[in-house]
Amino acid sequence: MTASSTSLRNVLLGNRFRRGLLKTLYIYGALFVYAVLFLLPFYWMLNTSLKEPLRVFQIPPDWYPNPVVFRNYLDAWINERTDIAAEIPVYNYAKNTVIITVNGVIATTFSSALIAYAFARMDFPGKQAMFLGVISTLMIPFTVLMVPQFILWKNLNWLDTFLPLMVPYWFGSAWNVFLLRQFFMTIPLEYDESARIDGATHWTIFSRLIVPLSKPALGAIGVLAFVYFWNDFLGPLIILSKPQNFTLTMYLANFSVAFVRTTPWHLYMAASLTIISPCLILFFFSQRAFIQGITITDFKR
Amino acid sequence: MAVAASGRTMRKAKIQETITAYLFVAPWIIGFLVFTGGPIIFSFVLSFFRWKVINTPRFIGFDHFVAMFTTDELFLHSVGVTFKFVLYSVVLGNLISLSLALLLNQRIRGIGIWRTIFYLPAVVSGVAGSVLWAWMYSGELGIFNNLLLAAGLEPQAWLWDEQLVLGSLVAKSLWNVGVPMVIYMAALQGLPQDLYEAADLDNAGEWTKFLSVTLPLISPVIFFNVVMGIISQIQTFAEPYVMTKGGPANATLFLGLHLYENAFHFLKMGYASAMAWIMFLLIFLLTVIQFGLARRWVYYEGQSS
Repeated sequence: MTASSTSLRNVLLGNRFRRGLLKTLYIYGALFVYAVLFLLPFYWMLNTSLKEPLRVFQIPPDWYPNPVVFRNYLDAWINERTDIAAEIPVYNYAKNTVIITVNGVIATTFSSALIAYAFARMDFPGKQAMFLGVISTLMIPFTVLMVPQFILWKNLNWLDTFLPLMVPYWFGSAWNVFLLRQFFMTIPLEYDESARIDGATHWTIFSRLIVPLSKPALGAIGVLAFVYFWNDFLGPLIILSKPQNFTLTMYLANFSVAFVRTTPWHLYMAASLTIISPCLILFFFSQRAFIQGITITDFKR
Repeated sequence: MAVAASGRTMRKAKIQETITAYLFVAPWIIGFLVFTGGPIIFSFVLSFFRWKVINTPRFIGFDHFVAMFTTDELFLHSVGVTFKFVLYSVVLGNLISLSLALLLNQRIRGIGIWRTIFYLPAVVSGVAGSVLWAWMYSGELGIFNNLLLAAGLEPQAWLWDEQLVLGSLVAKSLWNVGVPMVIYMAALQGLPQDLYEAADLDNAGEWTKFLSVTLPLISPVIFFNVVMGIISQIQTFAEPYVMTKGGPANATLFLGLHLYENAFHFLKMGYASAMAWIMFLLIFLLTVIQFGLARRWVYYEGQSS
């Protein structure tokens, strides 16, 4: 009686254990397959970027570079052997992208925080209507604004300058205002009130209290903005026309897939990998900020 | 006396507060008028004019909107291409990102590493990703065809086959599902455990638990991801611009690309404005329909029915 019940329990436990093991195996198996698929493009980029020029066009292609040619990276950046926009070295495009990105990150984070502060912590006539305005602009696609903004830049004589890619971001962006407002509202109002009793102005409360307390949210907005500006393509494409003003994404797009056999793919992939690396590195070191930035919205509200 | 004085100072303080508040929001008001609201109104007006930048605008009424559905054969075609792409990339993208999030929500080791791997493509720009995928799709030199050959299968003309090319672009878009995945992960982590414990007491299987507990609880998040996915995918531009230039035979002429060409190659600013408005209307309608349908399948906690 007792013996059979223990054996039954053993069988049941054994089954459950085996089922658990099988489940774990399935999970890791599925994750592994997905991981291979997601990493394959990165591997192919790295592989191509390190190949000897002639081996790039070998059929079938090598699965690993042999010999490994690190020189490709130097060539891609010093622009020794590429025939794409020949006179302009790649670092010039990089300089343009850096200017636009640095300005964009600072501008959008600072101005959006300022505006969000007013919506979250202050009372003024027309506040509800204005916030509704912010929400409604969330949905407007860039494609709708593209043509009239282009005409505006043309009339201001701003075409083919960085101004259209830099100035508008000092006026807040709807998403960031919305996200930061949500975050600022979670900070207890008592903090402001006690600061007010001590005679602090709104600017002091904003700069000394809210901003330091919101570092994670501001960091999240900042890193996402970095990736956005670094990767922006359609904006610069419409506005910039002189090759020396081009950005990195414009440089990358400036070739035709039709000439697969004559494109120096090893140099392209070396350039691509270096161009995406700031975003990759930023992500590696500030994953938490990225994830916070994406999940900052409260879905239930 | 004293009361009146303090009333006056209070009113003064209130005015002061209002002025300060307006100073804080001033950037948004100016930005809205100059860079968003103004241009939107202007673009609406412009859509009723024929204007090729150099000539003076000429009023033509609804001609552009009529042309879109009659003489411009490519407009409806591009809407169709875009819709088909949005449908597949949003549905498949959400299936993959949700399944990844479910896998990562199990008790596994090295969650940070896995999450990094799956999110990584999301920080690669549309252009860099497109160049890379174009290279991987290329005929004899591409990795996909060589994998097919290694498996003893026929190589494909990924980007040059009218039937296949849109699917190839959808596949590329599935590589970038990091953002919805992270949103799903956060939602799954926030689920209340007591419901699962109750389901365990009923001896519910994994699948039953997923269908009757997880799915209803995360339905608002699925809704959010689907709406955001549609809004972003409908604007797809870099991929067809870099990988196919809209070809072959306009099989990947996305709405965004058609609009861009009309505005900046043919300089038909009025016509492009009209198209942009139709595009906005489409996004708006789709979102409204989504919200209408949502009432049938999205479950909100603390809400009856």
